[in-house]
Amino acid sequence: MATEAEIYPALTTIFHDVFLRDDLTLTPELNAKDVRGWDSFKQIEIIMASEERWKIRFSTRELDALRSVGDLVRTIAAKTGG
Amino acid sequence: MTDLHWLPEMPDWRARLRGLANGPEPVWDNAVALAGARVNFVLTNALDETVRRLMDGPPAGIATKPVRLAVLGSSTLTHLLPAIRVAGLRRGIWIDTYETDFGQYWQELSDPASALHEFRPTAVLLALDAHDLTAGITAAMDADAAAAVLSDVAERIRSTWRLVRETPRCPVLHQAALPVYPALLGNNEHRLAGSRAAFLDRLNARVRVMAEEEGVDILAIDDRARQDGIRAWHDPGLWHRAKQEVSHPAAPMFGDLVGRWVAAKQGRSFKCLVLDLDNTVWGGVIGDDGMEGIELGQGSPLGEAYVAFQDYARELSRRGVILAVCSKNDEANALEPFESHPDMVLRRGDIASFVANWSDKAGNIRAIAEELNIGLDSLVFLDDNPFERNLVRRELPMVAVPEVSDDPTGYAIALADAGYFEGLSVTDEDRERTSQYQGNKARDALKASATDLPGYLRGLEMRLIVKGFDRVGLRRIVQLINKSNQFNLTTRRYTDEDVIAVMADPEAFGLQLRLLDRFGDNGVIAIVIGRLQANKDLLIDTWLMSCRVLGRQVEPTTLNLIASEARKLGARRLIGAYIPTRKNAMVKDHYAKLGFTVMETNAEGGSQAVLDLAGFTPAETFIHVTEG
Repeated sequence: MATEAEIYPALTTIFHDVFLRDDLTLTPELNAKDVRGWDSFKQIEIIMASEERWKIRFSTRELDALRSVGDLVRTIAAKTGG
Repeated sequence: MTDLHWLPEMPDWRARLRGLANGPEPVWDNAVALAGARVNFVLTNALDETVRRLMDGPPAGIATKPVRLAVLGSSTLTHLLPAIRVAGLRRGIWIDTYETDFGQYWQELSDPASALHEFRPTAVLLALDAHDLTAGITAAMDADAAAAVLSDVAERIRSTWRLVRETPRCPVLHQAALPVYPALLGNNEHRLAGSRAAFLDRLNARVRVMAEEEGVDILAIDDRARQDGIRAWHDPGLWHRAKQEVSHPAAPMFGDLVGRWVAAKQGRSFKCLVLDLDNTVWGGVIGDDGMEGIELGQGSPLGEAYVAFQDYARELSRRGVILAVCSKNDEANALEPFESHPDMVLRRGDIASFVANWSDKAGNIRAIAEELNIGLDSLVFLDDNPFERNLVRRELPMVAVPEVSDDPTGYAIALADAGYFEGLSVTDEDRERTSQYQGNKARDALKASATDLPGYLRGLEMRLIVKGFDRVGLRRIVQLINKSNQFNLTTRRYTDEDVIAVMADPEAFGLQLRLLDRFGDNGVIAIVIGRLQANKDLLIDTWLMSCRVLGRQVEPTTLNLIASEARKLGARRLIGAYIPTRKNAMVKDHYAKLGFTVMETNAEGGSQAVLDLAGFTPAETFIHVTEG
């Protein structure tokens, strides 16, 4: 069980580790265009780190539908029953 | 399970990473410490990126040799490179990596002007993916057709290895194919000639046979994936998305498997397992519970688990790992089970150094390293007690201390998964190591009873068997060249190919020296390489010796042999160089002691010494020399 409010802090840590920047603030609208270096490789790292953190596995369709941080958080919440 | 579960957690890891840039101590030492903590792939990448921002090469004066690893493959491997570099860091080794362009490895290998050759690799990892290797294989094939493809693929691999060993002329690590394919037939998949899953199994078996013939080492991710589960290693979704065969969570393990190979190649695998006793080797406390009270042996699951762990430790010793004991106990109590408990697998004779007292364990571990004459960084310390583990980690950061629970069923797994004792070959010396250390004890006893040193040396009845380099001795020669640190004048590391080149060179000689005495065979204990220079000086390129035979007149006897070989080549003078490292201070004055004249000393403490052969008289020693 993870609610969206619980997911944001943990996902923020993942973003800070992936981009080596502690000044990133996650908002539902944030997407790849807003963050320098957020390419397809970093996208995969974020996805895989989330899978490891919440012990879930995203389906190919779920991954293709992700457009923003908000999408990611909602998908994690749905998959963990939050 | 692909996480590095034997490494300890470090609660302030993130803060220490952020502090690397402005930490007071050297960046390198702090980075090595961070690499020794248990972290996932994201933090592994973060550490790698931070280190690469702060340093563009290894710090001066470290004992390890930097490695330039070219990674050749047909799929995306970029995400594995940081984990390889961090695994090097974990072992104090600086690794630079190069990845060939997507699917271009053969072209780059064949073209001497390619970026691959420009990188000048010192090692090559050939990481071919399952999809590439099974191209053309289909269930519609009959057995002959499938066998023909298998031969083609195997020969393509063999010719790639040969190409690597000809042009960059460096050792090859070949990644076994990852078993990614689901079954078509089922339990008896091997009966379907054209099954891709069965094909990869057959290919992996064939490649291992070929690797023996060609002197190539295997990166056994197929074995790992079978243990951890293929889902932990391979995500089909990730393959379709990014052509990444090994998934990110497995990257730290992948990197560590490569890192332990790199370390083993430099002779930097761990050599000795130091065991706590109470609740590590048996259940309970021998001093309180007594011989009848400790849990050991048949009758209880826990007692059997300790027996199984002891058996694993004894098997390790039979392949060359030295065993030692470090226990807080009265010595008599600690020894009693070894001498008279019927269920003990380990016996006193299996333990090369036995320390049981009430002093702190860090000090005792130092004493064990001194007694065995090996570096602290070749010790692994296993203890069920977290307090002792943390104390030893703090006091002796170079000692490996695996994280284990109080359940003995996990001990062998922790040691094996950590790969501390990674070995590339097993020599006769490895199998006889414990008896060699036992022989040392008998020698020490004789030394204590002999009133004078010459009397002791004469009583040893030593025989030195001298042989030129040969194929039979190749493994041991290369092993000694790559792992001897202390008695090693120049610490030059050579590969199989380099040693074979010495055999073929008429202007050079290589000597392997075996020492026998009345207590047994010490095995090959010294290696010398001499090279004749254009001016008729004979340069002693390499002179190394096992510290086990220090103080037994092997050095002057070896000099006699070098002088004789040098004269055969027409040399007039011997030139001996000393190149200082962190570990070889003991041979700083080696040449001066043997009567050489020190010509020059440089700022780093290195020196060149010369001996005129015209005025040289061979030393008289108590060692009888024979040609082998």
